[in-house]
Parts: sequence; C-alpha cells; structure tokens
Amino acid sequence: MVSNIIFFILAFVTVVSSILAVTSQKIIRSAVFLLFVLLSTGGFYFLLDYHFLAITQIAVYAGGVMVLFIFSIVLTSQPGIGVKFEKPGRMLVAALAALTGLAICGHIIFYNVNRVYYYVTQDELKVQDIGFGLLGTEKYQNMLPFEAVSLLLLACIIGGVMIARKR
Amino acid sequence: MGEFITNLLNNTIPIELYLAVTTIVFFVGVYGFLSRKNMIMVLISIELMLNAADINFAVFNRYLYPGQLEGFYFTLFAIAIAAAEAAIAIAIIINIYRKVHTIYVDEDVSKMKY
Repeated sequence: MVSNIIFFILAFVTVVSSILAVTSQKIIRSAVFLLFVLLSTGGFYFLLDYHFLAITQIAVYAGGVMVLFIFSIVLTSQPGIGVKFEKPGRMLVAALAALTGLAICGHIIFYNVNRVYYYVTQDELKVQDIGFGLLGTEKYQNMLPFEAVSLLLLACIIGGVMIARKR
Repeated sequence: MGEFITNLLNNTIPIELYLAVTTIVFFVGVYGFLSRKNMIMVLISIELMLNAADINFAVFNRYLYPGQLEGFYFTLFAIAIAAAEAAIAIAIIINIYRKVHTIYVDEDVSKMKY
C-alpha cells in the first residue's frame, strides 16, 4: 500500500513538472522543473528495485547534466529579455501532433498491453552481478556495448575540445 | 477493471500505470520540442523524451523478464549516451551564442555554415 502511495505521488510530480517544464516562461524555471522530473525518475527506479540505476540516474542526470544545463542557461540568456515562443499556429500544430501521438499510444497501451505478467518480488540486485554482466563476453553479457560507449565518450571529449578551442 | 483494482490493493502497481506516465512525459517532450524556439528548451525536451524511454526499458525488464537484466543495461547505456549528447550539444550552443549572440533556432543560426 505504501509503494502505491509513493507511486502516485511520483507520477503526479513527474507529469505536472514535465508539463510546467515545457510551458514555463522563464528558462531557469524550466531547468528546475526538469530537475524534478529527473529526480522522480530516480524514484521510479527505486520503486522498481533497481537501486544502482536510481543512483546512476541521480548522479549523472540530476548531478552532471543539470549543472551543464544551468551553466549554459546562465552563459547564454540575456537578462530582461523574455523567452520567445513559436508562432501560435505552430504551437497549435505542435499540440495537435503531441495529442494525436498521445491518443494513439494511449489506445495501444490501454487495449493491447497483455496482462499476463506475474510480478515477482526480487531481492536487491547485487552490484557484483551488474559488473559481471557488464564486463563479460558470454551470452547476456555486454562487453561490446560497454567498449562502444567508452569509444563514444572518447569521441565526445575530442569533439568537445575541437568545438570549444579558439581558432 | 476488477483485476486492476485487485492488483492495486495487492501492493502491485500495474504495468499500465507506469506506461501511462511515461507516455504522457514523452509526448509532453514532443510538444516542447515542436513548440519552443530556444535551443536549450529543445534540449530539455529531448531529455524528457529520453527519460520516458529509459523508464519504459526498466519497467518492461522488471515486469516481463525479472530474471534478466537486458533492459537494465540498455537504460544504463542510454544514460551514458544522453549525458555525452547533452555535453556536446551545450558546447555547440555556447559556441553559436559566441558567434551570433542568439540561441533561437530561427534567427541567425542558418548562417552558421561557411
């Protein structure tokens, strides 16, 4: 019962602050509402018993990415000038597109999600198992994507240096 | 519907509720992506969409294949890729701001090519 209450609180916070994040006038407020969405996403992961994932989410997203966002907002926004919106016609088209997608996906979820799952309670996932799955080369182990992500991060560092250096 | 309420009283959150929340967040992100002009707002909308997709992976893994960890790893890699993408995008945005002194997608950004 407690987890249900926590779930509904998290769902309410997520939905409301995501809507406020894309509609608010000041951009720094959008960033703060995005922070709430990210933190409650971490809460969802806690609720699903994926504790390592929740900590990663909070450390990487709510820590690192949010600092980057606030940094860039402070660097690029001129004070006194409000954030411009799209033309009203374009906003209407955007809302229509989003509502259409929401209706289609909601219909699919409501009618087509099969209810033949069986929720098993599991113990806390051991970090050792996660590490073995991440660094093995057997079936169901993910060495290759791990290395691909490390290459991606290297490319990201080189790209960041290339973009940011003075010409 | 009866099964739904039984699940809810049984201390199990139905999978549809998670999917409903993530669908709403995803399409709010789509709306923000299409309706805002500030590049940082576009990036924030992308982050919303990525988060919704990540929760979906974790939820499907936890509910449908609880013994395995495939969706778990996919979420982990998606978080890493999203962090890299946000860093590079913000570097590009700050560089654009240095050159043309605006970060709206419709103003002088189309002149960036040389």
